[in-house]
Amino acid sequence: METFIAFWNILMKDIKNYYLKPPNISWGIIFPLSWTLMQIIRLSGDIQIVELLPGLMAMSILFGTTSMLAVTITFEKRSKSFDRLLLAPISISILVLAKILGAILFGIVNAFVPVIFAAFLVDLSGVNWSITIIGVVLIAITSALLGLLVAVSVREVFEAQTLSNFFRFPMLFLCGLFIPIDKLPAILKPISFCLPLTYGADMLNRAIIHRSSFNILLSCAVMLLFIIVFFYLCKRNIEKKWIL
Amino acid sequence: MEIVKIANLKKAYGDLQAVKGISFSIKQGEIFGLLGPNGAGKTSTINMLIGLSRPSGGSIVIDGMDAIKEIKMTQRIIGVIPDENNLYGEMSGFDNLCFCASLYGIGKKEREKRAMELLKQFGLTDAANRPFRTYSKGMKRKLTIAAGLIHDPKILFLDEPTTGIDVESTRQIRNLILSLKEQGRTILMTTHYIEEAERICDRIAFIVKGEIVRMGTVTELMESVEHEYRIKLQLDSSIIELKEELENNFPSCKIEVLEQNSCLLISEERMPLSPILQLLDGKGISVYEAKEIKPSLEDVFVKITGIHVSNLEKEKVMK
Repeated sequence: METFIAFWNILMKDIKNYYLKPPNISWGIIFPLSWTLMQIIRLSGDIQIVELLPGLMAMSILFGTTSMLAVTITFEKRSKSFDRLLLAPISISILVLAKILGAILFGIVNAFVPVIFAAFLVDLSGVNWSITIIGVVLIAITSALLGLLVAVSVREVFEAQTLSNFFRFPMLFLCGLFIPIDKLPAILKPISFCLPLTYGADMLNRAIIHRSSFNILLSCAVMLLFIIVFFYLCKRNIEKKWIL
Repeated sequence: MEIVKIANLKKAYGDLQAVKGISFSIKQGEIFGLLGPNGAGKTSTINMLIGLSRPSGGSIVIDGMDAIKEIKMTQRIIGVIPDENNLYGEMSGFDNLCFCASLYGIGKKEREKRAMELLKQFGLTDAANRPFRTYSKGMKRKLTIAAGLIHDPKILFLDEPTTGIDVESTRQIRNLILSLKEQGRTILMTTHYIEEAERICDRIAFIVKGEIVRMGTVTELMESVEHEYRIKLQLDSSIIELKEELENNFPSCKIEVLEQNSCLLISEERMPLSPILQLLDGKGISVYEAKEIKPSLEDVFVKITGIHVSNLEKEKVMK
């Protein structure tokens, strides 16, 4: 019960202090919205809005989640308020879970902004919502953990943004969302298979546009594996780098 | 009863030995002070005790628990007041205290009650609902101390509790620390301020370059200079060039040249002044005043560590 109180209050504090602040709400809405609008404007006749939806959702989660977590944690570490959390009698695992959960929820909400927008324009009755939700949640978790890994690796907020972009943009273009994996140059294909977003995007593609490269169970299993590895790395890096 | 026991504690950062095998213990209900210049190893020591840093060697036992292996158990009974006010700027004083209490698993009603009590005790009730960032430096320091007390810890670790705050807040915080001792809490504090250590601490350890060079009560520490006679001379000019000649002529007397044309004559026995005055007079230097100075803890610190207090003062200003 004591651990749950600590966990819950860290989560609530982050939601109130960071995720529900007007600039972040607007970031969460405007960013996916502007991407959606941009894509709609440049749509040529043979592309449907629904075909863009998996990409827009994945991008919204990836950018929203990694940015928020990397920046807020770097900020807390810089102001030393993160030390308060390290001094609390809770395990590092609980602390990591509490810190990423806010970002995961933020990412999930971000993911559905383009969906809500698209719902007014196209028929979404063919979408498999179960797989969509599972895909969104798995992408949000892996992205949040990636954001945390970035936060543990840097000292300044601007460094967090730079390092995030270093892996976010290549990941977006190599995950099969905009360029199908089978059309990627042979040298880049192995990299694509090593990215968590490749499997998350494939799940979204399957659920929304009924096109996929991998078995759904394989995608889930690989995503879960990424989550376990990233979680372990985050925990190990916090213990190693922040408890000197 | 000893509640904190530290033996041969070491900390190395690469080739740098920040803490070189220090040992000390703190009795229950005692205020123990670590006094030393910047880079002496004070914060490194505290960080190892509270679990923010891993020792390279040695042992830490807090209230019977191995504080290296069972740090999360130990953290339940310790309160930490860091040298920087690290509460959340956007949150109110009340919310900050409630949040800190929740980290120790304290339920909503209880944490709200404790937060209100502490705000009252620290004279911050009127500012309870204001964001922390709007507080003055003294108020911020007080709330940071209150946050360290929110879970009613048995042992408190205070890192530079009064650095960078005004005189009135400093006085209030020192009184608060003494009242915490009266409540039976054990306190380990680090400080740059010699007079603060002298006034508040039951025992003091001088730490220099990662080593404890002397430890004891103020009375015990004073013993090393108790048998010294110190006479301060106020002159019409500096005697820097005459220092060696004076020490050669009066071998039982040590000369310490001070600022503003003054010097200190230190000897282990009472000494006649007239020969010294005659020598100075012969060199054309007039003595305006000669007065006996009672040795202070500052003199002990300077004697033992070789660090002049003005260097500590500079560090305080820099902090």
